Amino acid sequence: MASTLINVPPKARRGDIIEIKTLTSHIMETGFRRTAAGELIPRNIITSFTCRYNGNEIFRADLFPAISANPYVSFFTIARESGKFEFEWIGDNGFSTTASASITVE
Amino acid sequence: MKPSHATALALLLLGGSSLAAQIPDSERRSGYTFMGPDTRAIQDDDTSNPGMLFVLDGETLWNKKLGAANKACADCHGDTRGSMKGVAARYPAFDNMLGRPVTLEQRVNLERTQHQQAEVLPYESRDLLALTAFVANQSRGMPITTGDDPELKPFVEEGRALFMQREGQLNLACTNCHNDNFDKKLAGSPVTQAQPNGYPEYRLEWQTLGSLERRLRSCITGVRAQAPDYGAPELVALELYLMSRAHGMQMETPAVRP
Repeated sequence: MASTLINVPPKARRGDIIEIKTLTSHIMETGFRRTAAGELIPRNIITSFTCRYNGNEIFRADLFPAISANPYVSFFTIARESGKFEFEWIGDNGFSTTASASITVE
Repeated sequence: MKPSHATALALLLLGGSSLAAQIPDSERRSGYTFMGPDTRAIQDDDTSNPGMLFVLDGETLWNKKLGAANKACADCHGDTRGSMKGVAARYPAFDNMLGRPVTLEQRVNLERTQHQQAEVLPYESRDLLALTAFVANQSRGMPITTGDDPELKPFVEEGRALFMQREGQLNLACTNCHNDNFDKKLAGSPVTQAQPNGYPEYRLEWQTLGSLERRLRSCITGVRAQAPDYGAPELVALELYLMSRAHGMQMETPAVRP
């Protein structure tokens, strides 16, 4: 189960600066911790986050072991046209999850 | 009543209350009020509160058919987000069959074995936390009513006695910090009043959601005492006492705490 929470304003005026907030569930295991028996717990993190706005990539971030579990990423963009934001998280062990949100620009 | 008698009675009452070291109802404070603005902001916005991820997962589980009975929680309780409104605010609750109080986690597992004929979920497993968060989130903003049931009285008393009992190598009782010194700091962090109004809650220290029993166990370990196992009668009694002590305070599940 990988759930995500996306906060995109449903409506905006053309040219408005809007904030996009995203949260996704992931343990973000650093790869530096050990079990009580001394065995290394393998790294398991999200490595990349991408946002596309009507197909065009507008934001990308690389994630690293120091980033907390359930990473929260927020960024700003300009509302240019109505359409769809698509979000993608990619990580270790073939982890991949997507989400999308629509916006109406007047 | 003569003035001297009234004074004596007042002194007696004062003496009694300071011995019991109770926080007056009007001075009770949620752990939220001890936090800085940044941590509060995480809790306040449902799209930044990581506890809400568990609530979402809980909703999925709520509607999933499972066990030999092939029934989902929703098949009996309804699938709306409001069907469990106020339930978590009265837990732990007395179970007539068992003759003792049960926590919300124990209730979920009782329902699973009795009605769904499914396996028990381990304490602190993601699924159990998600289900309890989904149920308790429906009581958010509602006042805690735990302890109204007269059958619970002896168990509340047991929990209260445990709260007052010194234990461990540090020889501390819960009350020594959480009633007597909640306005001070311990290693730079606020001590707080130990109000249980946001469980299961997301602790930044844990990097995940956790139950009140997990919190109790880490406090007990902190005073270097032997923590009872999850679901032990002592932990249930303590949880029951804490919830009845917070009677009337608002639920915040899923709360975010440092």
